Amino acid sequence: MADLVSHPDEVKIVSKRFGQGATDIDRYLELDGYKAVQKALGIGPDALINEVKNSGLRGRGGAGFNTGMKWSFVPKQSPRPKYVLCNGDESEPGTCKDRLIFEHDPHSVIEGVVIAGLSVESHVGYIYIRGEYRYLSNIMQKAIKDAYARGFLGKNIFGSGYDFDVYWHGGAGAYEVGEESALMESLEGKRGIPRIRPPFPAVVGLWGGPTIINNAETLASVPHIILGGAEWYASLGPPRNGGTRLFCLSGHVARPGVYELPMGYNLKKMIYEVAGGIADGRRLKAVVPGGASTPCLTAEEVDVPMDFDSLMKAGSMLGSGGVVVLDDSTCMVKFALRTMQFYQHESCGWCIPCREGTDWLKKTLARFHAGEGVKKDIDNIQYLAENMLGRTFCPLGDAAAMPTIAFIKKFRKEFEDHLEGRPCPFEKEGVVKQLPVFA
Amino acid sequence: MADVNITLDGKKLTAPAGTLLIEACKNAGIEVPSFCYYPGFSLQGACRMCLVKIEKVPKLQTACTTVIGEGMIVTTDSPEIHQARKSMVELLLGNHPLDCPVCDAGGECELQDMTFAYGAAESKYIDIKNHREEQQWSPVVYFDRPRCILCYRCVRVCGEGMDVWALGIQNRGVASVIAPNKEDHLECEECGMCIDICPVGALTSGAYRYKTRPWEMKHIDTTCTHCGDGCRTTLGVRRADTGIEIVRGDNRDKSGINGDFLCIKGRYAFDFVDNEQRIKQPLIRKDGRLTPSSWEEAFELIGRRFAEICGREGGRAIGVIGSSKTSNEENYLLQKFARVVLGTNNIDHHRTGDFPAFARALAGKLDATASMRDVFKAPAMLVIGNDPTNQHPLLAWQIRNNVRLHRSRLYVINSQPIKLRRQATAFAHIPAGSEAKLVALLAGDDSVLDVLVSENTPREALLSLRDRLRGEQNLVIIFGAELRGEEMARLVKVGSAVSGAKFVCLGDYANSRGAADMGLYPDLLPGYLPVTQGKTFREEWGGLPDAPGLTIPQMVDAAKAGQLKALYVVGANPVARFNIDPFAFAKSFVVMQDMFLTETALIADVVLPGANAYEKSGTFTNTCGDLQLLRKAGEVTGTKPDFEIIVRIAERMGFDVRKLVPFGGGMWADMGQSRGAQSGEADRHSVWLEAHGLETKLSPFDPMAILDEIQRLVPGYHVSRRTLLSGTDQHTRIGGPGILHNPELIVPANDDLFTSGTLGRYSRALNSVLENQRRKPVETEVAAD
Repeated sequence: MADLVSHPDEVKIVSKRFGQGATDIDRYLELDGYKAVQKALGIGPDALINEVKNSGLRGRGGAGFNTGMKWSFVPKQSPRPKYVLCNGDESEPGTCKDRLIFEHDPHSVIEGVVIAGLSVESHVGYIYIRGEYRYLSNIMQKAIKDAYARGFLGKNIFGSGYDFDVYWHGGAGAYEVGEESALMESLEGKRGIPRIRPPFPAVVGLWGGPTIINNAETLASVPHIILGGAEWYASLGPPRNGGTRLFCLSGHVARPGVYELPMGYNLKKMIYEVAGGIADGRRLKAVVPGGASTPCLTAEEVDVPMDFDSLMKAGSMLGSGGVVVLDDSTCMVKFALRTMQFYQHESCGWCIPCREGTDWLKKTLARFHAGEGVKKDIDNIQYLAENMLGRTFCPLGDAAAMPTIAFIKKFRKEFEDHLEGRPCPFEKEGVVKQLPVFA
Repeated sequence: MADVNITLDGKKLTAPAGTLLIEACKNAGIEVPSFCYYPGFSLQGACRMCLVKIEKVPKLQTACTTVIGEGMIVTTDSPEIHQARKSMVELLLGNHPLDCPVCDAGGECELQDMTFAYGAAESKYIDIKNHREEQQWSPVVYFDRPRCILCYRCVRVCGEGMDVWALGIQNRGVASVIAPNKEDHLECEECGMCIDICPVGALTSGAYRYKTRPWEMKHIDTTCTHCGDGCRTTLGVRRADTGIEIVRGDNRDKSGINGDFLCIKGRYAFDFVDNEQRIKQPLIRKDGRLTPSSWEEAFELIGRRFAEICGREGGRAIGVIGSSKTSNEENYLLQKFARVVLGTNNIDHHRTGDFPAFARALAGKLDATASMRDVFKAPAMLVIGNDPTNQHPLLAWQIRNNVRLHRSRLYVINSQPIKLRRQATAFAHIPAGSEAKLVALLAGDDSVLDVLVSENTPREALLSLRDRLRGEQNLVIIFGAELRGEEMARLVKVGSAVSGAKFVCLGDYANSRGAADMGLYPDLLPGYLPVTQGKTFREEWGGLPDAPGLTIPQMVDAAKAGQLKALYVVGANPVARFNIDPFAFAKSFVVMQDMFLTETALIADVVLPGANAYEKSGTFTNTCGDLQLLRKAGEVTGTKPDFEIIVRIAERMGFDVRKLVPFGGGMWADMGQSRGAQSGEADRHSVWLEAHGLETKLSPFDPMAILDEIQRLVPGYHVSRRTLLSGTDQHTRIGGPGILHNPELIVPANDDLFTSGTLGRYSRALNSVLENQRRKPVETEVAAD
């Protein structure tokens, strides 16, 4: 179990039951549990979708698409069953929020899934949990079992005459499966490779049926919107960025952890006040604002509100809310290498630019960091990343390319310092020469 | 579907709604490169080579996955697009071994072409390339992983196209690798389609690899000599000290009736050609032993003996057995030789399908036969008997892909759970030997139901099958040798209740249908005309024997009784096929022409080394009745085409050769000398000659001279010669009245994917696959049902 942290600036909504023992269904009920879904049963699909649309809730997985809008794309009539999918394949480096939701408040996810189901008149939901979160699937299994035992799931939920089933499914350990169509492939028992779109999941999704697929945090936010109302939720953040958000502060900060802050909270404040500033009295060097795939911000660029639109303006992305703070002891080449090792390992291999590009970037960065770099490598890294960008089958290629381009553009000098056989200036013990290995 | 307006590179065009952008570009003459896109298979969007710019869409889009939309404005080439494609090629070349100088695909490689087109010549990476050792997956399939660019074409052609599913993808990321279905090897139909479809040299053929460079070969399009389906195959031919060497069979020219398809036999089993057991010199039995002799000595002997016997006892003392693997021209010539030169109707061949009864059943319905191309387009298909997957691989491909791509309905009726049932809308599993009963049921006779029902196929299933069939239109009915004689007429009657029904009667060898069409029957002239009705032939040939001749079993009896003084066997192995007592012909003078000393050589007095279909020009008619060209790949020293041998024997018998082969313009000095007379060049030359109204027949050995006569006299063969010569198949018709024969005269070949009659025994490729299977027992069906 992860340690919980807190700060007075926090607005606890999704995290309000954290540490309250809400995995227990009775305790959950005491904490206003399952009230939203009962309310939703009396609202009707169109009104539900409007409510979520008006709340300004945007997808918490990273892309930030308006959730209610997404739901409204599901056709009313469908010859095939409709599905609701909870994407709990949280794997973006630096992101650890869904994990806390599953750990502390599994029923809120179930409730969100059922409400989403009601809004599109679906009768089946799947909660897909990342393979590495094996211990969380035990918690989720128990929660589902308890909900069935109370008649909250299954036939005639809450005596409403509406049937709704929820199943959980575990991944096998693939970042790529966090991509919605790859997740559906995985759920269907196939290789986790994204699908060609269109058709989009809302029309042709799981098993060919219309499918709502949302991030766990997004779905866990829904019951609160239903209970508190769209206006209240929207008012918590800046325009078009409704609500609060779980920010996962990690790296060289004094008090790392997951904090729930309103959308648009200032990043600088987040680092220096909420997380207690840079640890060990060092200086800030860079911040990765929304998980490893987002372009980094330099120390000079951190005075920015943390919402989708502001970060876009600042040349980065809000992403999944994983804020990774780097101090001045960090070698940016090594950080770039570590990032690329991840994407190279996680590339599904389907399309050429991602499969080959991540591998060459990793090989080049590894050699470069080991002091074997040549001058043209720097341009080559940038050339490679720029040629991957926007041309891959799914966003994984972009996720690998975007931060790399930012590292080169913003920290070119540091790359140059590694040249001409000079050892990494940050490694005191010397660098172990890395031999290329065929992964 | 309605048309959609699009603008491609500034050109305003319309194309049917639903068209893929890449296809719309192709139709507009704009090449959009791709590795992973392959027409007819599922879309991948993996290679990112077909990126194009669509107005109002921020990112470049893949043309292979984009369906055209109204008003779409597309740019297919710009500096941005060029750079995107160039970088894809650079990325592929990063790990690709640059062993082009030794790679089989060098010169025929799509990656090379793209490198050339996009100028991705600079090597950007200095790190070590990823490497894996080469693997052998089967006797005929090798995989060189580092060359693989992961376009997944092989996976799809094997699974979607062949319904074999022997290839898949293992691992992920840069470690992704194509892998065979059974650990380290393939258990499959060994069709080699994965090799043909591979854009690079990752999958290579065990028969061809590292043997030659593509530009050192001549590429000859001809027709496969194995089963009755008549696939177009392209032979890669090299000069060798013995004449020619066929190094490769493949299907690079996809315009044949087989489209993308070729099976193991078409692709690899050309290697009987240079089998060391091939005879290359005439042999004459002297003191009980077959002794090498000269062609002159052999022709002299045969001519003298045949003339003697004809003179003394008449033609009825000679029997002639023709072949299902010789060309139409040779078969026509052989029966004309028997009837006109020898003066006998004693001519027969190994029958594998009851075509005369089929002709009789059709009773002049000229449009009631389906071509191989029709099978691919039919909205519904009924297959009774046979196992096309094993016996007619192309037909099975057409059926399968018609179901997959056109949602055609397939009805399968068989006594075995044949593989095609997996594509079937309905499958009726009936007891062995009850096919005729089933036809009766389809005709409305419910009394046979008790015989047909089984645990697998209840009464209701059979009745509903009948109802569904009655509701179909333009049904193609395909049936095997299980149906013969009278039953065929009943089936045709059932079919005629369905509007637009067409039929395919299956025969097993490459020219089984041609042999039947050309009249290799003791009672039928070419075109299924009974000998008693052959007025046109009689007039043309100046008379022919009236009485029907002897069938093969009758010839054996006649020989035993001492009445058959000579037997002339052309390209057949009756001793093995009909289990003939070799001593039956002890007193007969037996002449055979073949490539090998088969069982029939045991009884032969003279053995003449013949050429095979790859070494001669002419035509074949496949089981559907599609007429196709044979193009001569070359000659093997010492052998002669059967056509020339027959003419030579007639000449030695003192017959006026001009009456046998109506050639003109040639000279006697030509005989045996005009190397070009039967070569592919001569055929192509003849297109030009004909176009200029000039004489095309150069010598008595020119099969085109006989083709003229065939087209003139044989009902159903009036097809366009020019279209035929251009390499396109021409569907013939069955117009003759046909006849009922004893059904027992039909002996199906029962070949499967890896056997091919006597010929198959001399193919190293087929033998190595069979041997490999004996070592590792194979599950015949590799994918889950």
